[in-house]
Amino acid sequence: MTYIPISPHERDDMLKTIGVKSLDDLFDAIPAKHRFPKLDLPKALTEMEAYSELSDIAQANENVRGDLISFLGAGMYNHYIPSVIDHMLRRGEFYTAYTPYQPEISQGTLQAIFEYQSLMSALTGMDVSNASHYDGATATAEAVSLAYAQFRGKRKKVVMSPSVHPQYRAVVRTYTQGMDIEVSGDDQLPITNYQSPVSNLESLTSLIDDTTSLVIVQYPDFFGRVYDYTKLIETSHAKGALVCVVANPTALAMFKTPGDMGADIVVGDGQPLGIPMWYGGPSVGFFTTRKSYVHKMAGRLVGETVDNRGQRAYVLTLTAREQHIKRERATSNICTNQGLLALATAIYLSVLGKSGLKQVANLCYQKAHYAARELNKIKGYEISSETFFHEFVLECPAPVAEINAHLLDEGILGGYDLSQDYPSLKNQMLVAVTEMNSKEDIDVFVKILSEVKYE
Amino acid sequence: MNSAASTTAASSAAGTPPLSAKVVEPTIFDLSSPGRIGVTMPASDVPETDSPPQHFLRLELPLPELAEVDVVRHYMHLSKFNYSVDSGYYPLGSCTMKYNPKINEDTCRLPGFLFTHPLQPIETVQGNLALMYQLQEWLKEIAGFAGVTLQPAAGAHGEFTGVLMMRAYHKSRGDASRTKMLIPDAAHGTNPASVGMMGMTVVTIPSDERGNVDLKALQAACDDTVVGMMLTNPNTLGLFDEHIERVIELVHGCGGLMYGDGANLNALLGIVRPGDLGFDLMHFNLHKTFSVPHGGGGPGVGPVGVAAHLVDFLPEPLVGILEDAEDGWSPVYGFVKPAKTIGRMKAFNGHFGGGFVRAFTYIAMHGPDGLKDIAQYAVLNANYLQARLRGTYHIPFDRICMHEFVAEGQFEGSDVRALDIAKRLMDYNFHPPTNYFPLIVHEALMIEPTETENKDTLDAFADALIKIAEEAKSQPDLLHNAPSSTLFGRMDEVKAARELVLCCWLPEGYDLNA
Repeated sequence: MTYIPISPHERDDMLKTIGVKSLDDLFDAIPAKHRFPKLDLPKALTEMEAYSELSDIAQANENVRGDLISFLGAGMYNHYIPSVIDHMLRRGEFYTAYTPYQPEISQGTLQAIFEYQSLMSALTGMDVSNASHYDGATATAEAVSLAYAQFRGKRKKVVMSPSVHPQYRAVVRTYTQGMDIEVSGDDQLPITNYQSPVSNLESLTSLIDDTTSLVIVQYPDFFGRVYDYTKLIETSHAKGALVCVVANPTALAMFKTPGDMGADIVVGDGQPLGIPMWYGGPSVGFFTTRKSYVHKMAGRLVGETVDNRGQRAYVLTLTAREQHIKRERATSNICTNQGLLALATAIYLSVLGKSGLKQVANLCYQKAHYAARELNKIKGYEISSETFFHEFVLECPAPVAEINAHLLDEGILGGYDLSQDYPSLKNQMLVAVTEMNSKEDIDVFVKILSEVKYE
Repeated sequence: MNSAASTTAASSAAGTPPLSAKVVEPTIFDLSSPGRIGVTMPASDVPETDSPPQHFLRLELPLPELAEVDVVRHYMHLSKFNYSVDSGYYPLGSCTMKYNPKINEDTCRLPGFLFTHPLQPIETVQGNLALMYQLQEWLKEIAGFAGVTLQPAAGAHGEFTGVLMMRAYHKSRGDASRTKMLIPDAAHGTNPASVGMMGMTVVTIPSDERGNVDLKALQAACDDTVVGMMLTNPNTLGLFDEHIERVIELVHGCGGLMYGDGANLNALLGIVRPGDLGFDLMHFNLHKTFSVPHGGGGPGVGPVGVAAHLVDFLPEPLVGILEDAEDGWSPVYGFVKPAKTIGRMKAFNGHFGGGFVRAFTYIAMHGPDGLKDIAQYAVLNANYLQARLRGTYHIPFDRICMHEFVAEGQFEGSDVRALDIAKRLMDYNFHPPTNYFPLIVHEALMIEPTETENKDTLDAFADALIKIAEEAKSQPDLLHNAPSSTLFGRMDEVKAARELVLCCWLPEGYDLNA
């Protein structure tokens, strides 16, 4: 089945207008010996067959809305997505439009991005937001590029906390491998005891010097802990360095903003704001900063203006920063944003609004703390006493993989096994609890763990 | 968009913008009213925990307050301000704005895809992993490569991935002196920008009079400092390089690698495989070639295919078979790490739901013959339009084109420019072609019809362009003032950049001009 709306008769007319005899005659420029390869692909399915096949594939998974009760987070979270979001995303006017290069006929996309920028600035407590990046990890890597450009390449050191998401740290390292940048902190400061954030922060601070362009910390950090970075940011600024805070957007409805702590850049992944987990993507990477860094910021940017009829309108602005103008001198090669996902995030924040987002954050906080208290009561299990939001480290009496295998047999998706990224943190499980976990779910989780004896 | 083009265009023939009621939609913040609630969350069902210490708390959350109906009306209004593939013809060169089949929207929202977590144990996500594995295999087969990573999030991200692999390849061979990337003057801006991110230098290679890579210039640039060449083929003029094999031979001859920008792969499906021609690596744009919708600017999906000698450098992780199928048991799919991987390009598993599932559905529904049809009809449509416009518009590189072609948007003795033509097309209810690109054509209008348009649409578009060419002579102000029948007119871009209002919410006491 194809989507080609041309009849054989029309095709022949068109070939005649062009002045060739057959479709194949249009391809004489292709080297003959490689022309028209026989592709070894399965034969075409009809729509009905394709839907059935895709349904079978999807059903070979166990999902967290029916098959499994999930306590897994570690950077991607199972939140409720209000129905209205997908109804709006499925408007063809939104999802089948291109990047808004022609503002006269793209005001829907442009105003939506402008509002997304406004909402993200409001949420993070920063002056400006761009139109978004691919995800939280690449947004973090773009913060490195901004800082590098800000100091014209003269400050070559980036200090990154070991409690930044391991995959984000990996992406920063991939992005910087061709640049004259030294990334330090996350490998020099191996986490041996996640319960000592203060000493970690102090050792992190000791690495900041006058060659440091950027300090990267996470809020709440990868272990779920909430920490006030105000002092760290003051120290960084005293050394002339910028600070990037990787933030969980849901937490910002409850906790002091990185903007209030003095952060220069706040990035993160917008997935918790109305985007399905979708096995990892696509989501949206938000990027907000101070007005003074806007010219060094990568990515699309929408600004307000007027049209020639005096109507308020929006355009892509400061495009001179971007690759299609600056080519090899651009800070980043980023071309598009995550348009449709930024729209999802904007609708989520609009429809939940001030009270709804606070409710979500509070439910996460309440349920996670209830779960932590109950788990802490089980012999052999222990949680730390740090301030946390909706995720915490559970010290277990046996390897997490073993415990998770058992939980899975009971229909529970256990927490993240921290020993995968931090070999010293064996038997430590990162547990996430959101508004989607009922008290009953939590009680079942606790009950199963309390019934199993590990030697 | 508003009403039908032709009638509206006729009614505004005087070329003066209608200054009737303003169509401005308030912002979501303007619409806010304290106390309105859109979604109510359930009450907590667990015993209460004290709030965190006061000094950790946020005092103000300056988000808007609206009811659900307010939100729906707002976004419905905004949606009507957009032109889209679903509403009309979108011949935007190099963007492949083809029709996005509706079935993709259903398959990608199956609960098994929507609600799976990227870090779930592999035994609980064998469906996802099988789909990713199969898509890797299909893309390898379609383009003639030995390995594919699905991870890159967009075309530009794929390019960056490719350049990192090229660098790693040379480095692994102790070949550290290679710092030059050869890029034709017709290339997309992302090509040099990707190279710039790596601290490499760009050497621009001119095009010859037939729109091919200038072989003499290429030969002169080829030496042992060349990392490789980044080539879009067919190029941004819509032309297949007539000496492609020689170009690749020259680049390989000096030890360089040949990178293909797959932006224009739509023209090659079932026609020729870049890997067979000798390309060492290439990125795909699943959002162009394989019908993943553009979403108003994203998400894109930019997998990269590589030849055998680059497989070890692919980003981690790839999807592989951990245990072969046997005795009626399916294989076990899981993640594998290439031996000399450049590392991770993004968190988690790439644009799975919004990207891989849609592209998988599309390829499954086309099969080998259907894919070839796509390329043939995309090329038929482009050549038909080119034939219809020949004589009215100057086509500087005039030969059989592939999926797109570039015309000049200017006329002798007229001050009308490509921009005016583009804007006037909106009055006829068409989305304009890409203009001012590629840079090597004056006043470029780059037209890519795609295979999903019928002859009537192509004829109406050609008629409009021919009519506009007449208007350019007889009533040039119609073009200078266009569009006049759209809801919005031309924008004051200088004001936007000078005043830099990027946000409709500002903290208390914040002075924008401080």
